[in-house]
Amino acid sequence: MEEYKLMKGNEAIAEAAILAGTDGYFGYPITPQSEVMEYLTMEKPEERTGMVVLQAESEVASINMLYGAAGSGKKVMTSSSSPGISLMQEGISYLAGAELPCLIVNVARGGPGLGTIQPGQADYFQATKGGGHGDYHLIVLAPASVQEMADFVSMAYDLAFKYRNPVMILSDGAIGQMMEKVKFKKQQERMKTQPGWATVGKTPDREPNIITSLDLDPARHERFNIKLQKKYEKIQKEEVLFEEIACDDIDYAFVAYGTSARICQKSIELAREEGIKVGLFRPISLWPFPYKEVGKIADRLKGILSVELSAGQMVEDVRLAVNGKIKVEHYGRMGGMIPTPEEIVLALKKQIIGG
Amino acid sequence: MTEELIIAGFGGQGVLSMGKILCYSGVMQDQEVSWMPSYGPEMRGGTANVTVILSDNRISSPILNAFDSAIILNQQSMDKFEQTVKPGGVLIFDGNGITREPERKDINIYRADAAAEASKMESAKTFNMIMLGAYLKVKPLVKVENVLKGLEKSLPARYHHLLGLNEKALQRGFEIVQEIHIL
Repeated sequence: MEEYKLMKGNEAIAEAAILAGTDGYFGYPITPQSEVMEYLTMEKPEERTGMVVLQAESEVASINMLYGAAGSGKKVMTSSSSPGISLMQEGISYLAGAELPCLIVNVARGGPGLGTIQPGQADYFQATKGGGHGDYHLIVLAPASVQEMADFVSMAYDLAFKYRNPVMILSDGAIGQMMEKVKFKKQQERMKTQPGWATVGKTPDREPNIITSLDLDPARHERFNIKLQKKYEKIQKEEVLFEEIACDDIDYAFVAYGTSARICQKSIELAREEGIKVGLFRPISLWPFPYKEVGKIADRLKGILSVELSAGQMVEDVRLAVNGKIKVEHYGRMGGMIPTPEEIVLALKKQIIGG
Repeated sequence: MTEELIIAGFGGQGVLSMGKILCYSGVMQDQEVSWMPSYGPEMRGGTANVTVILSDNRISSPILNAFDSAIILNQQSMDKFEQTVKPGGVLIFDGNGITREPERKDINIYRADAAAEASKMESAKTFNMIMLGAYLKVKPLVKVENVLKGLEKSLPARYHHLLGLNEKALQRGFEIVQEIHIL
C-alpha cells in the first residue's frame, strides 16, 4: 500500500507530468485548476528532471509558448479552466494546423462567460468539434478518477507524438478538486533527441524544417487539409476508448463521462435496488467518439439517458451513434450545479422508461 | 463495507484536514477512499464541508446527498445536513455554538464537546482530532494505528513532533462522546 498516494486530481496531473518526462509547462492560474501549477512550483521539477515550469502573463501567452516549445519537438503542456481555454482557442487551432504534439488540460467549470468556479461539462462542443477555426480535431480524453488524471498524461503524450496532434484532457472541477488514492508509474526520462520534423537548428545535410499553419497556395493547402483529414480518419479508426460498467443483461444505459459517469454509477446502484436493469457506457475518448460502440450497445437496449453537466452537448453524438434505433434523451444540470444520483434515476424513469 | 460521511463546519476548524486524515487512514488499510470538498471562497469563517467515502469496493459517486454519518460542527451545518443522514445513520455534533439540537428520531445522535476539550489541551488545534476520535469510537472503521500513520503522511515533517499530542486528542475524543439518542 506504500506506493499509493492521496492526492487531488489536479495534483495527480502535475505529478504525472513530471514523471512522464515533460520538458515544459506554461500556464496561468485559474480556479478550479490552480493546483496544477501550484504543485509543479512546489515540487521543483527543475531539480527533479530539469522540467521548465513557467507562469505566463496570460492564457494567450501560455498557448503561444506551447506552440514555440512544441515546434522544437519538446514534450510540453499547459492547463487551464473553461474561460482560459476559450482564450487559447486561436493558439490551439494553430497547433492543430502546424501539426504540433502537446497536452492541453481543461479542468472545466460552468459557463458561459466567466460562469462559475464550480464543475461543468459544457465545454464538450468546444473540445470535440473544434473550438477554434478551421477543419481540425483534438484528441480528447475524459478521466473519471484521480487515477485516470494521472494515467492519461503519458497516454496523451504518446497519442500526441504518434499523430503530431494536440491532445486535450477534458476534466472538470469535481475530478480536479477531489482526492482519491493514486499510484504513479516510474519516472520516465526526458527525451534526449527530438523528432525529425522539429525546428532544432538546420544542419547542412538536410532541407530546413518549416513549422507553420499558413499556406497561401490554395491547391497546396487543400492537399494539406486532405492529409489532415486522413490522419483524423485513422485516429477515429484506431484510438477509440470507452468503458462499459454493469452492462450485462440490461434494458437501459446511461451514457456519461467524467464526474457525471461517477454519479451515474451510484444511480445504477439505486436503480437496481428498484429492479431497473441499467448500466453505464462511459466514453473515455470524447474525440474520437465511440459511435460504433454506442450504436452496438443500443441494439440490445430499450433506451439511453445521456447525462452531462450541460444543456445537452454529448447527447448529439449519442443520437448520431444510435441513429434513431431507440429513444435517447438528455438529463443535465448547469451553472455548476451537480445532479444527485436519485435525480438521475428519476430522470431515467420519467424520460426513458415512462416516456 | 462502504461508509459515506459528511463533515461540515466553519472554514478553519480543520474540516478538510479531518477528512484527509481519515482518507489516509483508509489508504493505510487498503481501502478505496474519496475526498470531495466544497470548494470556493471559504478559507476562514465561511462554511466548509467535505464528503468522505471509505469502501472495500470501487467508489461510485464522490458527490452525494445522503450520508451514513455526519460530523456537524456548527449550527448552519446542522440546519443543512441533519436531514441528509440516512435513516438508521449516525450524527455526531459538537455542542459549541449549537442553538438547536438535532431533532431526528430515526437516526443515532451523539454529542462530543470537542471545542471545550480542545481549549483544555496544549493546543486548540487538536479540535478536529478530538472530533475524529469521537467519530471513530462510534464507527470504528479504521484502526487508530492507521490514523496515526495517516496523520504522519498528511502532516508536513515539521509538525511531526505534534503526533503524540494528536494521539492524545484522539483518545480524548473516544472518552468524551456521549449518546444523545440511540435507536
